[in-house]
Amino acid sequence: MRNLVVLLLLVLVVSCKNKEVDKKEVVSETVAEVATDQSNDIEEGKALIPFYNYEELEAKYLQPKNDTTYVVNFWATWCKPCIKELPAFEKLNADYANKKVKVVLVSLDFPDRVVKQVVPFIEKRNLNSEVVLLDDPDANSWIPKVNENWSGAIPATIITTKDKKTFYERSFTFEELETELKTIL
Amino acid sequence: MKTKHFVLLAFMAVVGVVTLNSFTVPEPADNGYTIGDEATDFKLKNVDGKMVSLADYSEAKGFIVIFTCNTCPYAVASEDRIIALDKKFKSKGYPVIAINPNDPNVQPDDTFELMQQKAKDKGFTFPYLYDANDKIYAAYGAKKTPHVYLLKKESGKNVVKYIGAIDDNVRNGAAVKDTFLANAVNELLQGKEVSVKETRAIGCSIKV
Repeated sequence: MRNLVVLLLLVLVVSCKNKEVDKKEVVSETVAEVATDQSNDIEEGKALIPFYNYEELEAKYLQPKNDTTYVVNFWATWCKPCIKELPAFEKLNADYANKKVKVVLVSLDFPDRVVKQVVPFIEKRNLNSEVVLLDDPDANSWIPKVNENWSGAIPATIITTKDKKTFYERSFTFEELETELKTIL
Repeated sequence: MKTKHFVLLAFMAVVGVVTLNSFTVPEPADNGYTIGDEATDFKLKNVDGKMVSLADYSEAKGFIVIFTCNTCPYAVASEDRIIALDKKFKSKGYPVIAINPNDPNVQPDDTFELMQQKAKDKGFTFPYLYDANDKIYAAYGAKKTPHVYLLKKESGKNVVKYIGAIDDNVRNGAAVKDTFLANAVNELLQGKEVSVKETRAIGCSIKV
């Protein structure tokens, strides 16, 4: 009986502690300026990272015909929970590089922000995973193609081989991500 | 006797855990409204300090409820369109009601004071309500900002007629081809059924 009480009190303490930690992990979202006609910045951005429309992205990474497992993460530099989970994807990319696993970080930043925001972010964080930009404004048509249940909130992740595909509208720790990857491999 | 005390203590600890969690953890947003559901009313604080409920609008035919926030780039890119929607449809009986669901403890850019600043700077013509304490967004099932719920009054109930995006191009209002929300309001005004009832857009996850 004494053990039970201790256990319950422990649960109480742990559940409070988790919340404290959550509250402390506050990162400010950066404000992107409203997209206007900044065609020079867009052209310059295209020279720095690949720009794909949904069809191109799907053909390249979401319907693999080879033996590679693709871990495709939808993110943006302004998305706080996305940035928080990026190290997990970077570690997965490094740890599983020799197991034919490839992480692709699909940025949903506005195309005219690539030069000023996305590329500096990649350099500052020293990201090694491939970063591409999904440049396809008609989200209503492609969101259900990514997954029928996706609300459109990011972060979101797909893990896919040529035989299997799983979709997650959630954030990951490295351990959680690795667990999901292992169910596919 | 001792055992009894322990049992009581254990029971209280369990109650403590359950109670604590029920007050601090938001309801999962998975079980939100679908088309045809009755949407709940609320009483939330507006940026002018007054409390606002849907019931205050006795003349309205319905409501354009938009969950949005101060700094999400998709919300910011939508601001002018939200103002234009309110100007166009308030006089026709469908006012915009904007609700900020983000918890400022998690997203410091969404304090009540910064909401007031945003409403002033942009000249919001509609209420901009603070939801961090009430979690109305969870009852609706909003998952991101911006996230739109179009409601129509039907025999005293506010019935969900459309859920989703404002239009088909969040990031560039000039390149919009299909104005999903305005189309839906116009169809309701003409006494028709909404033809496109649900759409999707990228948005910022709600910070709670």
